[in-house]
Amino acid sequence: MSVMEGRTTSALLYLDGVHVSFDGFHAINNLSLTLEPGEMRAIIGPNGAGKTTMMDIITGKTKPDEGTVLFDGMTDLTRLDETRIAELGIGRKFQKPTVFESQTIEDNLLLALNVDHSVKGTLFWRGSRDEAERIDRVLETIRLRDARNRLAGSLSHGQKQWLEIGMLLAQDPKLLLVDEPVAGMTDVETHQTAELLKEINKEKTVMVVEHDMTFVRELGVKVTCLHEGTVLAEGTIDQVSSNERVIEVYLGR
Amino acid sequence: MTPHVLTRSLDRSATIFLVVVAGLGVLIPLSNLLLPAGSMFQVPTYLVALFGKYACYAILALSIDLIWGYCGILSLGHGAFFALGGYAMGMYLMRQIGSRGVYGNPILPDFMVFLNYPSLPWYWYGFDMFWFAALMVLVVPGLLAFCFGWLAFRSRVTGVYLSIITQAMTYALLLAFFRNDFGFGGNNGLTDFKDILGFNVQADGTRAALFALSCLALIVTFLICRAVVTSKLGKVLIAIRDAESRTRFLGYRVESYKLFVFTLSACMAGVAGALYVPQVGIINPSEFAPGNSIEAVIWVAVGGRGTLVGAALGAVVVNYAKTYFTSGPLAPYWLFMLGALFILVTLLLPKGIVGTFSAWRASRKETQRANAESADLEDGVGEPKPAE
Repeated sequence: MSVMEGRTTSALLYLDGVHVSFDGFHAINNLSLTLEPGEMRAIIGPNGAGKTTMMDIITGKTKPDEGTVLFDGMTDLTRLDETRIAELGIGRKFQKPTVFESQTIEDNLLLALNVDHSVKGTLFWRGSRDEAERIDRVLETIRLRDARNRLAGSLSHGQKQWLEIGMLLAQDPKLLLVDEPVAGMTDVETHQTAELLKEINKEKTVMVVEHDMTFVRELGVKVTCLHEGTVLAEGTIDQVSSNERVIEVYLGR
Repeated sequence: MTPHVLTRSLDRSATIFLVVVAGLGVLIPLSNLLLPAGSMFQVPTYLVALFGKYACYAILALSIDLIWGYCGILSLGHGAFFALGGYAMGMYLMRQIGSRGVYGNPILPDFMVFLNYPSLPWYWYGFDMFWFAALMVLVVPGLLAFCFGWLAFRSRVTGVYLSIITQAMTYALLLAFFRNDFGFGGNNGLTDFKDILGFNVQADGTRAALFALSCLALIVTFLICRAVVTSKLGKVLIAIRDAESRTRFLGYRVESYKLFVFTLSACMAGVAGALYVPQVGIINPSEFAPGNSIEAVIWVAVGGRGTLVGAALGAVVVNYAKTYFTSGPLAPYWLFMLGALFILVTLLLPKGIVGTFSAWRASRKETQRANAESADLEDGVGEPKPAE
């Protein structure tokens, strides 16, 4: 892990001049973006704009060819792997809900808790009251308390999305990256998810990628529109959605 | 092992399994030794040795189920760890022959005299001592698995690619052990064993004791596997099996988990091989044949992967079938039958014997509960009883 001398930025997440190409295709092109501590940011943009690739870079799945990615002003994320980055406090929800389907909801959350993740620690693990209470709180938040002993695979699509958000909460990260949380949800569920994210944002920094403009509007936060791997526009939802270029490439006339 | 771990790791099928293995481990040797030969209930010595072989195969199957059934690592080279454990035991048994060999050399085993070895190669040192050989039974397979796994898992080699390189590993060892100048007896391997810890390996008493020890080893291996899979580590293993990258993003070092369980599994396979060799009286390079490793995977698939009990059961059932069919007129067709069995199990019983059985039982329970509930409901809202 590389720690630079002192902080160079106040931002929790700082991306500057990031480039990634896959076989000559420029997925991310001179991308610069900052997220202040406590902020919630919505990321929009057409398919292939590089939204998921950006999350891959932040979480260490993809290494950028060029550019700076700093967490907490000090830690260079490009040198760390997924496990280290998760330990630093960056949690991620995937586009397709990814939960451990053959295990119970409670076990899914137990696995997500940010306790000792070493081989020895898990082999000799014994539950504690504190852990049980944390799991109970998360179950309450994601409204799956009555389903705690059901297998995660038996949940509906929307419930899986919530369980995965619950796993993020159990992980207790500083920064949450949430990829398309309301895909496949009903209007009511979408509304509830917006409320949940706003609640989470009271304590944590959140980055949400979403296509659903109603949902983005409901979040009421600063919006960044990506296009061809770079920032096209940034501002309030009204500013961004009235931007000529955004209308042209993404929203449509 | 704490009582907490024990109570947690024993469910009903695990308890039945342990009782059956322990019962056989005591009754079969007693019947063999105490009852007069020819008595209806006397188990002849050749059967004791055969059952001992099955017990060793069951241990190997457990070791494969631990990594494949719970962590999704399909090793098609686990026979290599079994054979290495076997060779370590074989080397001890060779050194025990002493000057009773054909050439009467007190130090060098016969094949070394025959191949004009001037002195004992350094890697044979220490194998005259049982404790050292017993240690090597664990260390050699464990170390190979650790090095192999460290390279493979760190480079994130998974799925079919990992299976292929495990095949390559066992095949490479097969070729190496076939060579006379490799120092392990070439294609003849190690055989003509005389005694183990001072007891004649051919004697009925020794064979009965070896069978009982194999059952004990099966019980211990089973308990270790159960303790692992019912711990939180077991949940992490299943998480890795079902969604590896999700597990990584939760902050688990997946390669460490795989390395741990792969190494543990290799040590278990080594123990199985070490108990196997004195009971069959020979170890040669054919034990490294890729086909053996694949066959062991089939036992686990037939019994039911991810069930442990199923893996052990599968090993016994398939090997009993093998013994039965290869000793009759159907012998030339055994491999076809094994292949057909694998295809049928994959198509019709993807969960194996034990997996299918427990799924059936669970669904029956579910129906019963549903029936009971609807019966309750009917009682509640049913028509009022006519007044009497």
